Amino acid sequence: MISHFLKLEWKQFFRSSHWQKGIAIKIVMAFLALYFIVVFLAIGVGGYFILKKQFPEQDPLQMVNSYLLYALLGDLIFRYLMQKLPVMNIKPLLILPIKKSKLVHYVLAKSSISFFNILGLFFYIPFAVVLMIEGYAISGALGWLFAIILMIQSANFLNFLINKNTIALGVISVVLASLIGLQNFGIYDVTALGGEVFDAIYTNPIYSLIGVVVLAVLYNLNFKQLKNLVYLDEAVSQKVVAVKSADLSFANKLGDVAPFIKNDIRLIWRNKRTKTVFLMSFLFLFYGLIFFTQETYKEIPAMLMFASLFVTGGFALNYGQFIPAWDSAHYKMLMSQSFKYRKFLESKWILMVVMTSFLYVLSFPYLYFGVDIFLMITAGAIFNIGFNSLFLLFAGSFNRKKIDLNKSGFGNTQGTSATQFLIILPLMVLPILLFWLFNELVGANSGYIVVAAIGVISLLCKKYAMNFIEKKYIENKYVMINAFGKEA
Amino acid sequence: MITIDTISKKYGKTEVLNVENIEIPKGQSFGLVGNNGAGKTTLFNILLDLIRPTTGLITNNNIVVSQSEDWKNFTGSFIDESFLIGYLTAEEYFEFIGDLRGMNKVDVQKFLGQFSDFFNGEIIGKKKYLRDLSKGNQKKAGIVAAMMGSPKVIILDEPFANLDPTTQIRLKTIIKKLTENKEITVLISSHDLTHITEVCERIVVLDKGVLVKDLRTSAATLKELESYFSV
Repeated sequence: MISHFLKLEWKQFFRSSHWQKGIAIKIVMAFLALYFIVVFLAIGVGGYFILKKQFPEQDPLQMVNSYLLYALLGDLIFRYLMQKLPVMNIKPLLILPIKKSKLVHYVLAKSSISFFNILGLFFYIPFAVVLMIEGYAISGALGWLFAIILMIQSANFLNFLINKNTIALGVISVVLASLIGLQNFGIYDVTALGGEVFDAIYTNPIYSLIGVVVLAVLYNLNFKQLKNLVYLDEAVSQKVVAVKSADLSFANKLGDVAPFIKNDIRLIWRNKRTKTVFLMSFLFLFYGLIFFTQETYKEIPAMLMFASLFVTGGFALNYGQFIPAWDSAHYKMLMSQSFKYRKFLESKWILMVVMTSFLYVLSFPYLYFGVDIFLMITAGAIFNIGFNSLFLLFAGSFNRKKIDLNKSGFGNTQGTSATQFLIILPLMVLPILLFWLFNELVGANSGYIVVAAIGVISLLCKKYAMNFIEKKYIENKYVMINAFGKEA
Repeated sequence: MITIDTISKKYGKTEVLNVENIEIPKGQSFGLVGNNGAGKTTLFNILLDLIRPTTGLITNNNIVVSQSEDWKNFTGSFIDESFLIGYLTAEEYFEFIGDLRGMNKVDVQKFLGQFSDFFNGEIIGKKKYLRDLSKGNQKKAGIVAAMMGSPKVIILDEPFANLDPTTQIRLKTIIKKLTENKEITVLISSHDLTHITEVCERIVVLDKGVLVKDLRTSAATLKELESYFSV
């Protein structure tokens, strides 16, 4: 039986959409994965030495131990928000002659090797290895690692128990907040208490067996709860979200474009992937902080320009690059309706311009870093509004990959093709190059002026550009319908 | 109203459709039957300019569909669920289509009022996104949306599939009523021979992309179709 399950897992993994991609994307994804693994390993291996160097008079293990309690609670909240029991994929197995208890064990076992449980190990395992090399007791370090793994697994199963329970999340949040409060106001030394527990495990590895008991109890509770819920109208049901309709009649003032604008707002707000894109664009606002705060980049204004473009360009870039694939699911319908294609494109353009302007307003606090930085952001915003939004629309006419809106947003590369890589050139490299050239050769403020001027000129030529873009889309209509009709 | 002139469609070397000539006069209820792969949906897609034919032209009210888009103003259609916008509620979807077809909110309300029986209380005011409705209810929403904005031509691909018996009967009444005054041309395809002989005055049978029968519906038509398909 287990071999059957394993075979299914194997096929699910290698036949998932992650692998059915072009070679270029596979390579990029592999590099990204490798990058993150290396980063985590580096933190794990280097963590010991960094702590030792920064706090020479303290024991690195004790320092890590003292914060483990917070790590555990933070992990629980993160899991509560992100991790769901992978219960849907047993649906086809329910009608086969397999015992329910077996299915439940399968689901639970599967959950214990999820991404959430593996990630932390990239830190803890190297850290434990370094401890052993540095002369800590081998049995102690192993016992400590064992206890950590048990703790992660317990968190995994605890999460599923409280997942259906908002009160539980509240309790955990309050506990976390009050622990931090107690610590900060010096009322009670929580960190020390947490530290002592894990220190004790290191000195007496046998204590880690308590973790086994905790894990067994949690697993059992999960098993009992889930076994009673393996029905199509209980655990194995697709959640149907009740509609929350917002009043969008303010958009009616926009005239002909209004139906499309309203549609786009709903598109963004009601689908996981687009929502992620929307929220991400606010994260991009902070991109500048990475660059503006570092002395090294002050010498290379071109790098600062790069950051400035990102500060206001988050939405236009992330949303714009997949126009019109966001509408791929119902593209056929749109093409059989009577409307000017122009209106459809115009609504996307308005959306990008409005959001970029809004992000620009939010970027005003960057004035703190001086007028030069702010001028750079302003030039970047003008470029994003004028040139980028039009160029992204144009580039969209090359999009041939369907996007399934119901799939989640994180790390989802559906819809990505060579287009997404090629557009980076004019969008990012061009303004940076021009800025650099003028800044080096002409000096003064010419760099900003050139970048902003391109934005203004593009904006002035909008009508002609839109005519051209519209023609491009109409030319490519059949190819797009065909491509969007294919399963992604 | 609609002229199909030597339409063919080839994918590589395989020809999926090859229709010599079909003339559909105004106000006709036109039925298309055929087994899977007969080319029914391909023909409808070409009619809606969603696929380009390899050869030939289709004219809809004297407008060549691949050359001008003016036919869209008087043509309503529902091919499959991909014609719905999954993340909208039924009301929002009708409002969107209404906007595109020049109807204001009041018009849409009034229009939908006629279909309260057809909807059977399962579409309007349900607080559900279209993607979360059952297949049958999605179909109901799509069919009604195809009739918005008083179109002169209505194209429905497999409208009876997935509908419950009551709704099938109601849909038949609606289609019959549409063509009553010989003003509206209705094109439907179906796998259900009984339904299609009941609502269509003319039935064309396609087989592997070729027209094999063109029948004026009479009392004998159902028998003839049944004997043709019971190979």
